[in-house]
Amino acid sequence: MENKKKYLFDNPKNIKRLLYFLYGSCVLLFVLDFVIHRHVMHNWENLWGFYPLYGFVGCVVLVLIATWMRTFLMRSEDYYANEGKADIGEKLSSVDKKQNDEIGRPDVDA
Amino acid sequence: MWMPEIPPFLPFFIGALIVLFTRGILRNVIMLAIPVLSALHLWGVAEGIHLHFTFLDYQLTPYRVDKLSLMFGYVFHLAAFIAIIYSLHVRDTMQQMAAMLYAGSGLGAVFAGDLLTLFVFWELLAFTSVFLIWARRTKSSYVAGMRYLIIQVLSGVILLAGALFYASENNTLEFGHIGLEGVSGWLIFIAFGIKCAFPMAHNWLTDAYPEATVTGTVFLSAFTTKVAVYALARGYPGTELLVYIGAAMTCFPIFFAVIENDLRRVLAYSLINQVGFMVVGIGIGTALALNGAISHAFNDVIFKGLLFMSMGAVLHMTGRINGSDLGGLYKTMPKTTVLCIVGAASISAFPLFSGFVSKSMVMSAALENGYDWIWLMLLFASAGVFHHAGIKIPYFAFFAHDSGIRASDPPNNMLLAMLIAAVLCIAIGVYPSALYSLLPYNTSYNPYDATHVLAQTQLLFFSALAFVWLNLKGMYPPELRSTNLDFDWIYRRVLPNTLQQMFSVIWQVDSALRQAFLIRLNQCLSFLSKRHEGICGLLSRTYPAGSMVMWVAVILASYLFLSFIR
Repeated sequence: MENKKKYLFDNPKNIKRLLYFLYGSCVLLFVLDFVIHRHVMHNWENLWGFYPLYGFVGCVVLVLIATWMRTFLMRSEDYYANEGKADIGEKLSSVDKKQNDEIGRPDVDA
Repeated sequence: MWMPEIPPFLPFFIGALIVLFTRGILRNVIMLAIPVLSALHLWGVAEGIHLHFTFLDYQLTPYRVDKLSLMFGYVFHLAAFIAIIYSLHVRDTMQQMAAMLYAGSGLGAVFAGDLLTLFVFWELLAFTSVFLIWARRTKSSYVAGMRYLIIQVLSGVILLAGALFYASENNTLEFGHIGLEGVSGWLIFIAFGIKCAFPMAHNWLTDAYPEATVTGTVFLSAFTTKVAVYALARGYPGTELLVYIGAAMTCFPIFFAVIENDLRRVLAYSLINQVGFMVVGIGIGTALALNGAISHAFNDVIFKGLLFMSMGAVLHMTGRINGSDLGGLYKTMPKTTVLCIVGAASISAFPLFSGFVSKSMVMSAALENGYDWIWLMLLFASAGVFHHAGIKIPYFAFFAHDSGIRASDPPNNMLLAMLIAAVLCIAIGVYPSALYSLLPYNTSYNPYDATHVLAQTQLLFFSALAFVWLNLKGMYPPELRSTNLDFDWIYRRVLPNTLQQMFSVIWQVDSALRQAFLIRLNQCLSFLSKRHEGICGLLSRTYPAGSMVMWVAVILASYLFLSFIR
């Protein structure tokens, strides 16, 4: 095959087609709500377009909250990896300092 | 039947031993033959207790078969078989041995009839599976494996303590209904909960699974959490607390999954979400709910395995697993793409796929038993799981922007394993009666009535619509190279830092006190020596020899005097 092979979604038309298929299905499913006789188990299910709305709103809320969570949960990729190294480095230097201090102190057991 | 009392873990343990002494094709043939033969054998085993002995006044039953354990026994054989096919190309004795031992331990645990046997296999699960993580042989996999091992062993130790309490409270070690009564009930509950990835005890899973090898993760996803689900289903059916814990488990991981970059970690979060549905089912505890929980565990092993396999294939072929690095792979990995989408549709519970026929049982049971708000949470989680596992995983790996990577489909053994799992997903979805006939309780449940199908399809399509809308609006959070803080931050960051600071303060105070004491002591000494210095002073260095001679004479005189008295 040659290098510049066109793939399915390289053609923007195909993406459009897929999206139109999705929109069409959504409309159809929404209309079916009024056509098919449903035996519901709960009052909420009687609400007009309960499942479609719940699905849509639920997902939007999910994404918005998740995006907001990034503001306080996101750290750099090597957050934990760096932490360990910094810690060890710090500890080593503090040990060195302590030893130096003790060596430097004349009155330990005079 | 031939040799009816061979417990199913034995062939796997023997297989692990044979793996050690064989090479090449022979090893592969043996590894494939063991789950097949063992499954055939298990198919003919009747219910009841098959192995039984007395140990230190306790009745131990290492091999007990009933419908509940059989269900898990079948799916574990299936999972082991699929995962072994998937890992046929691996040439790593340690990994292959660990996999066989791990699968055997899982089987041993679900057929254990007493708590002591359960404990043994519980710990074996931890010790064998950790090698699948270490087999990656990177530094991060080593430390993640360590954390995993510590938490798993802790769960085992708590289980042992609970079992000992249980034995002293009830005078038996039999593993049946336990319930939240007494110390033992709570201890065992906590032990099961840790392995089941309850909220706040869940990070071992999201931490370690993505660090394991490509094939190791497929094994890991099948056994550990499902053993815990089995244990809860046997020990704590109808415990109301589980309903709330399960509902929390279905909801909180999906937020993390949406912003996570490592696609195998996304799957680890969605694994917790799926286990949440099972836990809710166990908590409700009616026949329908328990059937739902168990059949969902059965299906989850297969479709979650399929998803981990497809992401493993991506990692194997491209060396990358972060959503930010991938994209456009459908062009050169079309087979993997299709198989991944089948797994995604199954986990999202599309009608005609396996997730639908089991998850809907739990949802119906929640409504029937008046858990309205729980039902709403489960519904939200269903939409959410479609969002992150159903759409995000395939979208960011295989579509989205073209990353320029042109990796081909994985080796044939990997494709075959994925194909088997995908066929099972669709077969169970189309013909659920076969699965239902294996279930422990009799409920005439039909998932395919018009109301259910319509409701679920509406929910899913409008979730997809939300994804498309958010994407077109540019509001969908992009994949970023990042670490997201989760509860493990507490024990990986806060706790060590606090302890470090606490100890540094303690050490400072300690050294200050010691120094002050030394100074005081020195002062006292010099004060005393000064006080008694000078000629004839008590502690004087310049004591005249004459006075010493006089004192010696005094002592001798007193001796003489004393001898006269006698």
